[in-house]
Amino acid sequence: MADAWVVVIALVVTTLVIRASGPVLLGGRELPAAASSVIALLAAALLSALVVTETFRGEGSELIVDERALGVGAAGLVLVLRGPLLVAMGVAMAVTAGARALL
Amino acid sequence: MAVAVAIVGVSFGVLAEPVIGSAASVVMSVFVFAGSAQFAANAVLGAGGSITAAVTAAILLNLRYVPMGIALAPSLRGDALKRGAYGQAMVDASWAMANRGGGRFDPDFMLGATLPQYPAWVLGTAAGVLAGGAIGDPADYGLDALFPAFFLFLLVNGELRSGRRAVAAAALGAGIGLALTPLAPAGVPVIVASAGALIGLLPGGEGPAEHPEIEGDPVG
Repeated sequence: MADAWVVVIALVVTTLVIRASGPVLLGGRELPAAASSVIALLAAALLSALVVTETFRGEGSELIVDERALGVGAAGLVLVLRGPLLVAMGVAMAVTAGARALL
Repeated sequence: MAVAVAIVGVSFGVLAEPVIGSAASVVMSVFVFAGSAQFAANAVLGAGGSITAAVTAAILLNLRYVPMGIALAPSLRGDALKRGAYGQAMVDASWAMANRGGGRFDPDFMLGATLPQYPAWVLGTAAGVLAGGAIGDPADYGLDALFPAFFLFLLVNGELRSGRRAVAAAALGAGIGLALTPLAPAGVPVIVASAGALIGLLPGGEGPAEHPEIEGDPVG
């Protein structure tokens, strides 16, 4: 259990420093135009990477297509048909859980 | 959003309690408040990994806050202490919802979106710790599909409508993320995927365009 507390303290400190780093070092001033055009695209690149890694990453870092991918795919369909967020999230959970129960 | 965060918090409590104990699970949620890093550290410890391995996994996942913080930084005013404090309110969902396109963020919107998520995360964790075995495996409820679906919403309804360059950056980000997942430790693919934004350096861009307000109420 002592191990657990070491991990907790290490996470508290590192998370705080990492979250503060960008805002403290670069904040409060305008950046050059080239930097701005890269920064404008960071959200798109980061979000799509989060979607694919959280959808297709297996327990051992391998790529897998499982029930979760089915659920996220169904949510994508809801979003393309302009359904609301909560419906999409509900569908993602329901399809994933349903497929796990059936398959 | 707070509802979804609470549900994921419950699943963290359920999974963490047998590994690190009740108190450490709740304290971790109170002072770390970074879901993916907490899940990862816990999974490593649960699988018999060392302290170093657990902390490294969490740091790698949290490092995505560096490019996210860099994106946020030009929108922040005030001294370093105040900016650093705003940085602490950076969680994926709030950061993404506060994105106003063209590299601009609304820091107060981000703070307002994070505030309800914080008690939801902490109380959810506490509930999961207490309910423990009565709930069973959170995967049975499809909880692991919740956050990818949410990020997909922000991508489809926000970023992908802000121009061809954003679509290209998203495609590059997804490609890098997929390609590196089997090769690099968890967390690294997402950080490297931020390099997809470098296509912003190509000449002949559309310039930082405003992207449309996300429709619907993202703060569910």
